[in-house]
Amino acid sequence: MQVDRLGGGGLIDRTKTLNFTFNGRPYRGFEGDTLASALLANGVRLTARSFKYHRPRGIVGSGVEEPSTLVELMGEDASGNRPVTTVPLREGLVAKSVNCWPSPEFDIGAVNQLFARFIPAGFYYKTFKWPNWHLYEPSIRKAAGLAGAPVEAPKSGHFENRYAHCDLLIAGAGPAGLMAALAAGRAGQRVMLIDEGMQAGGSLLNRNLTIEGKPAMDWVATTVCELDAMPNVTQLQNATVWGYREHNFVMVNERAPEHPSILERNWRVRAARVLCSTGAIERTLVFGNNDRPGVMLASAIQAYVNRYAVRPGKRAVIFTNNNSAYGVAADMAAAGIDIAAIIDSRETVPDAARAAVPKQEILSGHVVYSTHGGRLVKAVSVMPSNGGATRRIACDLLAVSGGWNPAVHLWSQSRGTLAYDEALSTFRPDTPVQNAISAGAANGDLTLADALRSGAEAGAGGGKTPEIPASDDLPYAVEPIWRVEQARGKAFLDMQNDVSVDDVHLALREGYDNVEHVKRYTTGGMGIDQGKVGNINIIGTVAIQKGLPLDEVGTTTFRAPYTPVSFGAIGGIREGSVSLPYRHTPITAWNLANGAFMYESGARWRRPGYFPRTGEGFQDAVNRECRAVRNDVGVYDGSPLGTFELKGRDVDKFLDHLYTNIMSTLKPGRARYGLMLSDDGLVADDGVALRLSKDRWIISTSTGHADAMNAHMEEILQTEFPDYNVFITTVTSQWNNVTICGPKAREVMEALGTAIDISPETLPFMAFADGHVAGIPARIVRVSFTGELSFEVNVAPRDLLALWEMTLEVGAPFGIAPIGSEANHVLRVEKGFLSLGHEVDGPIDPYDLGLGWAMSKKKADYFGKRSVALRRDGTTNRRELVGVIPEPDRMIPEGAPLTPGGERKATEGFVTACVYSTVHDRWVGLALLENGHSRHGETVHVRLNEGVIPARVTPPIHYDPEGERLRS
Amino acid sequence: MMNIPCPFCGPRNEAEFAFGGPVKPHRPDPNAVSEVEWTQYITTVPNPLGPVEERWWHVKGCGTWLTIWRDTRTHDIVEGPGDAG
Repeated sequence: MQVDRLGGGGLIDRTKTLNFTFNGRPYRGFEGDTLASALLANGVRLTARSFKYHRPRGIVGSGVEEPSTLVELMGEDASGNRPVTTVPLREGLVAKSVNCWPSPEFDIGAVNQLFARFIPAGFYYKTFKWPNWHLYEPSIRKAAGLAGAPVEAPKSGHFENRYAHCDLLIAGAGPAGLMAALAAGRAGQRVMLIDEGMQAGGSLLNRNLTIEGKPAMDWVATTVCELDAMPNVTQLQNATVWGYREHNFVMVNERAPEHPSILERNWRVRAARVLCSTGAIERTLVFGNNDRPGVMLASAIQAYVNRYAVRPGKRAVIFTNNNSAYGVAADMAAAGIDIAAIIDSRETVPDAARAAVPKQEILSGHVVYSTHGGRLVKAVSVMPSNGGATRRIACDLLAVSGGWNPAVHLWSQSRGTLAYDEALSTFRPDTPVQNAISAGAANGDLTLADALRSGAEAGAGGGKTPEIPASDDLPYAVEPIWRVEQARGKAFLDMQNDVSVDDVHLALREGYDNVEHVKRYTTGGMGIDQGKVGNINIIGTVAIQKGLPLDEVGTTTFRAPYTPVSFGAIGGIREGSVSLPYRHTPITAWNLANGAFMYESGARWRRPGYFPRTGEGFQDAVNRECRAVRNDVGVYDGSPLGTFELKGRDVDKFLDHLYTNIMSTLKPGRARYGLMLSDDGLVADDGVALRLSKDRWIISTSTGHADAMNAHMEEILQTEFPDYNVFITTVTSQWNNVTICGPKAREVMEALGTAIDISPETLPFMAFADGHVAGIPARIVRVSFTGELSFEVNVAPRDLLALWEMTLEVGAPFGIAPIGSEANHVLRVEKGFLSLGHEVDGPIDPYDLGLGWAMSKKKADYFGKRSVALRRDGTTNRRELVGVIPEPDRMIPEGAPLTPGGERKATEGFVTACVYSTVHDRWVGLALLENGHSRHGETVHVRLNEGVIPARVTPPIHYDPEGERLRS
Repeated sequence: MMNIPCPFCGPRNEAEFAFGGPVKPHRPDPNAVSEVEWTQYITTVPNPLGPVEERWWHVKGCGTWLTIWRDTRTHDIVEGPGDAG
């Protein structure tokens, strides 16, 4: 039964009944309801328990300002901590209150109320500090719990991001925003009109005002209709402008866009001009037990009565310090609510206000100092503000209005300044910093006529202002009251975080006297509502206590988001594999079909780690692949190696700067290994350069550093050598390769068939030639990453799979095996070849790696030369690359520390890699060791948790130190 | 998100760029400066409160490395001392 639904009126569709469940009980509401209005219509008043003390709470507001009732939505599109007033009602909605168990009526945590005086502000900081806060944090968070994060991603759709540009972005489609849109839209500007409500109108939805003698919502409908017809105007409802960034970049969260599979859409809009017509938010009044269910913002009651045709109480008291509550009183009386009294803290009530409720009893110069009742308000106590006889008035509803605060959040995020306005007793926009303007109630233009006018002027932006329609509204006047001095009982400034006047006084006494410190110490203004109804009362309370004017106390910083935004909306579709996709070579499908164990091996390349045969474990497979390369022949796909083509007259000069060794002397048709340093002397990368012709080169970088080297090369080329004639093209994915390696590699090449002379005399190590292999246009490069005779056959990506399959086919008689990156790792460790990230870290330079020969003495300058010289100057005990043989034979984990004698002392190095060598039938490793070059033959000690492992120091090359095999 | 003027592509979203850090003084001839001067060149990065000249790479656009003057307090892109002429 919707016991508190009015017989008629409201912007709801009574023909569409919606069933919903709240805290396990079934209810009914209408299309157009919010969960809050439907609950009130059903007579539900106790809807929540407070955050800290578990005090009973009800619904206080009607929109995003709601400080009191948060709900968790259940089911498919679960989401937590939603203000009950911002949840549109839909068929089958299931919701429950947060922070109470088992229910708000019977809440076990309510026992906290008994201890309330022992848990003031700062209680947790002072109490739970031994041994450390983290021991207590989980259980405290649970006790103070808000709703948990949804466990699963939503099933019914996905999130989306969209970019847009416009001449004027208008935040808020109230009277000011609509007028501005009309003005700018008619002038042909590209306008985005964005409003957080389900329909346009802003405050006009909730108030009974007239424009041009007709209901104001008629004017809204006509205006929306005209805007709809303008192709240059985009209008979004149920969308919040939640962030205002630098360079007029504005974030918009559109909920439930008109697309079946899109849950939310996050717009990123670059606007030439932004109008903040975000309205105003009514502030609460601070007196004893001002949080009892039944105490509501006057403007919220007005919304429930007028927009939702709901009666939130039968007998009401109104407590105000300004004129706007008188309009509310008139609407309440018209809806049949009995008004017991209007309590006005002002000594003199303006005639215009009195005229709204001519027959009503008004207690001017009075305040409400406490409320009474158990879980619901049953009566309020009032007294003259300067003392005198008290009076108790029975009621089940208390409407409070502490005046209006312009919603300056967005303005303030744009870095526009605020100024305290004595007449309005609030902060309002002052000087813009970006191209922003404010209008309407957000600008302090608190009557309808002023809002329409300032909106029209803002939209016109100096151009032609449209005719402003005539309207009626009460003139606004207010006298501030930041807290009721005579308050009896806890007087809450921030209901969501249970912050009372006493807590702020405590913070000030303990020295937290800056308003930002007060906020953090008391948590006042830090909840999901970000103190929309109460922050200024905190500022006022601080001001009174410190004897300062409010503008000297100032506001806390307004930060994005204005209202909560789901992480999904911010991320959009960038999740999982879409966020960071893998890179694939053309034979990924073949690898998968042939049982490769795939994983990422740097720079998001997904590569085969090894190819296990049936019944074969990891080590068996890797050993078999290694033996194939060392004894017969192996083949791998080396395509991910970073590859760049450099063209131009000055490439050789450029490369001489880039590499430590001389490249310019290289002859066309030949390749050279080189090292690259950064200018501060760190090893940046190593690789091979191929000279195709005088002005054309191909260089390779390590897979993981390709992107960084590309950035590095482009930067120095464009900034250090802008006069050089060099063009860099990334060709990593344009040149793929099949690398055939092993003593039988040449026989496999011959079986594939090529007219290129691949004899060691014509095509020696570090030479290359262009031609055809197996009928496919190819470039054969004699480089080796395994230490064996190797032919890197480079082809176009479209030919890779064919060449790969042919190689395996003709190689079968020679015992060819595809090998993965694990075997590659073993083979390079056996040869002592570098791997950046293993053997190369910050302090290591080429000399430490035994690559001093690559540091040119002839070249006067190249990147890193001076810095390496400087760093070596006078330093001793450098860590140098050595081989290590664990004795006894066993594996040593990568990164294991070497300490003198294995004792608990500062390390003298660490093991960079350790692999099972099939040629030695034992574990071998590499290490960086202090003065390692002069310590070959010594025994060093690896210190592990399980014990100390001795290891013999050797030269870093464990296999074929003369390099005969790779030159064969 | 800043709106960065690319000399080839016009104003583009910051997301298209990679940050290249503040512009250091021109790289000196390493053989013509003292150790202290070289070390200072290598290690000292301008970090003013206010306008700073910095490099951005239009990596998701035309690939140009460009310089702007950015006010570190506001993100405003401002005219640098050398930009007037």
